[in-house]
Amino acid sequence: MTTLTRNPGTRTPRLPRTILNRTGPGRTGRGDARIALFFIAPAMIGFVLFYLVPTVRGIYLSFTEYNILGDPEWIGLENYEAIAKDPLFWNSLAVTGQYVLLNIGLQTALALGLALLMHNVAKSTIIRGALLLPYLMSNVIAALLWFWMLDYQIGVVNQFIEWAGLPRAAFFGSEEWAIPTQALINTWRHMGYTALLIFAGLQSIPGHVYEVAKLDGASAWQTFRKITIPLLRPVLVLVLVVTVIGSFQVFDTVAVTTGGGPVNATRVIQYYIYQRAFTESDFGYGSAIAVILFLILALVAFIQMKFLKGNESDLD
Amino acid sequence: MTTTASRTPLANPAKPTTRRRPFNPRRAGAWALLVLAIAVSVLPFLWVLRTALSTNNALATNATSLLPADFTFGAFKRVFGLQTPAEAVAEGGSGAAIDFWIYLRNSVVFSSITTAGAVFFSAMAAYAFARLRWKGRNAVFSLFLGTMLVPPIFTALPNFLLIKNLDLLNTMLGMVLPYVFMTPFAIFFLRQFFLNMSREVEEAAMLDGAKHLRIFFQIVLPNAAAPIATLALLTFIGQWNEYFWPLLVGSQDDVRVLQVGLGVFKSQSPQGAPDWSGLMAATLISALPVLILFAAFGKKIVNSIGFSGIK
Repeated sequence: MTTLTRNPGTRTPRLPRTILNRTGPGRTGRGDARIALFFIAPAMIGFVLFYLVPTVRGIYLSFTEYNILGDPEWIGLENYEAIAKDPLFWNSLAVTGQYVLLNIGLQTALALGLALLMHNVAKSTIIRGALLLPYLMSNVIAALLWFWMLDYQIGVVNQFIEWAGLPRAAFFGSEEWAIPTQALINTWRHMGYTALLIFAGLQSIPGHVYEVAKLDGASAWQTFRKITIPLLRPVLVLVLVVTVIGSFQVFDTVAVTTGGGPVNATRVIQYYIYQRAFTESDFGYGSAIAVILFLILALVAFIQMKFLKGNESDLD
Repeated sequence: MTTTASRTPLANPAKPTTRRRPFNPRRAGAWALLVLAIAVSVLPFLWVLRTALSTNNALATNATSLLPADFTFGAFKRVFGLQTPAEAVAEGGSGAAIDFWIYLRNSVVFSSITTAGAVFFSAMAAYAFARLRWKGRNAVFSLFLGTMLVPPIFTALPNFLLIKNLDLLNTMLGMVLPYVFMTPFAIFFLRQFFLNMSREVEEAAMLDGAKHLRIFFQIVLPNAAAPIATLALLTFIGQWNEYFWPLLVGSQDDVRVLQVGLGVFKSQSPQGAPDWSGLMAATLISALPVLILFAAFGKKIVNSIGFSGIK
């Protein structure tokens, strides 16, 4: 970083010296409390109004029946009991799980491969920039772009498929293809970004480790297995935690292309919450599913951190 | 955050610079794969452009030509509402009134206000977390950080109810409010930089009697100009691409943003066949501001991707 090199002390303000009656930043105590309150006030308003209170209110709503008109009515665990017996909920869970597995599996494998390729043959910013481009586009754009390219009638991908002598695929219209297609679209969008994160991790592995391995006559595969992967593990775990959590919340691409269909094939959890809360005005039920999603995400993150030991490095 | 990727190749001293390397099939294979990945990432955008410059009738019969089929700017005119309904229908549009100018304006307003507010207020908060001493500072900071773990859908429902109760549905204010005061990431990101700034200048200014407000505006902000610019860039792109919240709160035409407008445009397909060229023209317009930012500040964006800030 070059930001700290500029010397800002060019101007010396002539102000009365009042050092003695105030506490400098180096002192202990609560001397800065009042000014701190001033600096933090706007962010605090946003935090309380749009993060803290909604979190508490969301949990409360999950124990109520509430259809916007009137007041929420406390019904205890009834929403959760209904969810346990709701085939659409279980379907959404299964569909989302299938999506996450496909998306994360593909995406992580491709990204790791790309990161290694970049690390070994080309580290230029232009290449990284080109790979990052899809990630900078919105989900909606990614969805529409592929909705067009994968069109059954005149999509270019199906033209290629036909040239290859294979039958055209209804990527969005058939139940078997719908989820893999969503996974592919999001893999396309996130592949380069994930690769860049892993690439940054690769860059932080000290070069001398590789030198030593080379001197010891280690093969490329051995170096990869015994050095790169163990040293990269903390970064890989962090990447996995972040991408898995994001993947569970897939919504935009589904909402724009299939709307949960065909039948229930792409009704992922977040889309189901959206439908229950906003199209069916069942805010209590929607909130209860959101609580469950929240718990699932917390559990998944916890398991990943615990079993992949994400917060420990093998270096040293 | 930006330091990881800019390592000098000191660790790799054996790198030949002038001598031509003998042909290495492994290296060639690696390059081929990399080029393939780049093609997959970039070529779809050219396909969008080519489609946007075609007419729908020609697209149907000429699905694979690399150049626009029956070149025209009609699709762009159509999405900006410059075609008469009759013209639009003749070119395969729906004939429904669409005006992406309004959506473009709304997107610009929405993204600019939220970015300016979030970055500025987050900088203030980050200053308090990094440079001021007060009781409970770390606890409050952990609480702020914790919100990064709450899935947006979870808070979106109660937030929607709040905005509705405040009677702010379908207003720009209602759309902007949840983002404008801060984002947890922005506070986290800037706090890292403020923590690493040298204290000396600040203390000298303090001895001269400068107040915190002065220090913040005249020393801290100017010194953190580069990370603040990066943060503003990333925040703007993120806000530009935001879909879920604007979909919930801004469903009427006068506040609808581009991303939501695109979804609506897609769903009004005329007589079965979608208006592909119009849809791709609209998609391109929605992507254009980000593409321009990327062309101008690509290096800054690319170098900001890394994990050193989170470790």
